[in-house]
Amino acid sequence: MNNAPITATKPKVAFFDFACCEGCQLQVANLGEPLLDILGAIDVVEFREVMSEKWDKDYDVAIIEGSITDHHAEERIKKIRARSKVLIAYGACAATGGVNGMKNSFQLDEIRQYVYGKDFKFFDSAKTRPIHQVVKVDYFVNGCPIYPPELVEVLKCALRGLPYTVPDNPVCSECKLNENVCMYDKGVACLGPWTKAGCNSWCVNNGNICYGCRGEVKNPAKNAANDVIGKYNLSSDLIQNKFEMYNKCKEGDTNGKK
Amino acid sequence: MVKNKDLNIKVEYITRVEGHGDIVVNVKDGKIEKCEMHVVESPRLFEGMLRDRSVFEAQHITSRICGICSCGHTLASIEAAEDALGFAPSAQTLKLRKLLLDYEFLDSHLLHIYLLAAPDILGVPSFVPLIKTHNSVVRRALRMKKAANDVCDILVGRHVHPISAIAGGFTKLPSPGDLDAQIKILESMGEDMAETLKLAATLKFPDFHRETEYVALVSEDAEYPLLSGDIGSTDGKRFKKKDYKKATNEFVDPRSSAKFTKLSRESYFVGALARFNLNYAKLHPQAKKAAESLGFKPVCHNPYLNTVAQLIEVVHCYYHALDILRDLRKNGVDYSQAVVVGVNEKGTIPVRAGNGVGAVEVPRGILFHNYETDAKGLIKQANCIIPTNQNINNIEHDFMKLLPEIIAAKSREEITLALEMLVRAYDPCISCSAHYLNVKFVG
Repeated sequence: MNNAPITATKPKVAFFDFACCEGCQLQVANLGEPLLDILGAIDVVEFREVMSEKWDKDYDVAIIEGSITDHHAEERIKKIRARSKVLIAYGACAATGGVNGMKNSFQLDEIRQYVYGKDFKFFDSAKTRPIHQVVKVDYFVNGCPIYPPELVEVLKCALRGLPYTVPDNPVCSECKLNENVCMYDKGVACLGPWTKAGCNSWCVNNGNICYGCRGEVKNPAKNAANDVIGKYNLSSDLIQNKFEMYNKCKEGDTNGKK
Repeated sequence: MVKNKDLNIKVEYITRVEGHGDIVVNVKDGKIEKCEMHVVESPRLFEGMLRDRSVFEAQHITSRICGICSCGHTLASIEAAEDALGFAPSAQTLKLRKLLLDYEFLDSHLLHIYLLAAPDILGVPSFVPLIKTHNSVVRRALRMKKAANDVCDILVGRHVHPISAIAGGFTKLPSPGDLDAQIKILESMGEDMAETLKLAATLKFPDFHRETEYVALVSEDAEYPLLSGDIGSTDGKRFKKKDYKKATNEFVDPRSSAKFTKLSRESYFVGALARFNLNYAKLHPQAKKAAESLGFKPVCHNPYLNTVAQLIEVVHCYYHALDILRDLRKNGVDYSQAVVVGVNEKGTIPVRAGNGVGAVEVPRGILFHNYETDAKGLIKQANCIIPTNQNINNIEHDFMKLLPEIIAAKSREEITLALEMLVRAYDPCISCSAHYLNVKFVG
């Protein structure tokens, strides 16, 4: 059987950013010259940080960075979703809420007033939500920042219509293969045992702890985790507090998930 | 052509800048009623979120204020944290931090010069059309950007949100092989660097001048001050880092709800041009040579030439980084200085209640972090003043001088472009400024 003819037009891809540091789109720019190969396979129609061009038709793929943190953003993401065949949430802020979620630990008006003073009401702000708590998301690229090889992999899947699943084994599994000395053996608490792998244990390879930026594994090995906490005489509050740096928005998945 | 008796311009979401900003201009009967730059980024409330986090987590969190400036925020945050704790970093640590700062400048300035500013000068809406028309230039830009990024990856794990640079030192120190790899990558950039200077010599920038006050770090020693020094200005002001609030003098302007800064006059400028104007004599000889070849001298009052000052700093940081690397290779790295800190569970660093200030030159200008901590090392108060926040007042004063100069002779589109280019010349980072900058509402 002959292969179906490849469609003449390249897929229209657009990048959008919401509340975030824009570091994940920078990771895209940092691909260097290989970026031109990717640009050869797709047609980037909007990318505000590096382009002035705008597009008014539908998107084959919308790549979303950042969290939804105000009402204007909620309306905007709904409009983008309505115009997009496939929607990718990339980076911790979009995929899991990321550090923006720490805001949810405070009373909203209190933290707004702390930062903006008496004029705080001028600055619209709502509870932080990752994209999937507002609209349907087809692909997730977790991590703060994204791990570039994973984004390329997800892009390939999205353009071919293949599924992609974020790895659900803990960072420790990659860390062991990288032959790192366990951070617990160095005397500090690390979130590797509870955090989704896929980053190639990036932080521990560089001597730092895992901060949990890729989100919690679905079925953490609770007994093993308790053993670790017990063995090193750590308080579970310390671990919980560390976890909330990236994973506070997880609360929104259990109540009122869309 | 509109003959501009009346003119209304609203540029929504200025493109090719980091973050979301608008320009609003209203002219009625030839009189400027409004000529402002608005920041419309959604607030992220970083200072609020830092409260009750460990001061040892401050670097990790504040690095996330901005992906482009993450190494700059890292260094300002670390300085503020260590100042609050009363911890003095070693000479080797400072040397490596200066190297990291050089890489941050290379990466950020190259991005701005090639991908964000150059399309204006070449008359296209983005670098994408340049892939066809100026393919070798685009390839060079991406190659240089990648090289700057790669050396940073080797030094601190990655450029966007560095991993190993923390309060207390570095969690991983570069091996001799790592140093060699960085030297090799930088040396391989040499030819592209020369081509970049040749390209710069052909670029034409708008002719516009407005005298203003320039603010940057200044120092007594011979090194171009990016990490260490005092706060200084071209109007002769000088303050210790601790007294940063005397330099920034934040105020609210009645015509908007924005917080501005000023020092000796109506506004001041921070960034590459400010550093160039204040510290030209301390630039690396190669950078001075480059400036001379472009006929670029201090004191320069044309804000559009901030992009050229960035280019001179690219040359400076390139050679300065190579000097540090060769010195480390020759004299060796003391690997016993690698630190394991976490949230200081082991009590590696003595903790006390304190109030610390970090003031670091980052690509867009001087950046301040200030933390007040309790006896357990938890942050009780946090304040950050971002270069772009300091520049917005100066940008608007530039607008007010520029607009009357061009309004009669230029079309609406040309005026819009001139204003956009002016904003872009400052290389504003609105992701950074939005962490607390106040939004202005029209009408």
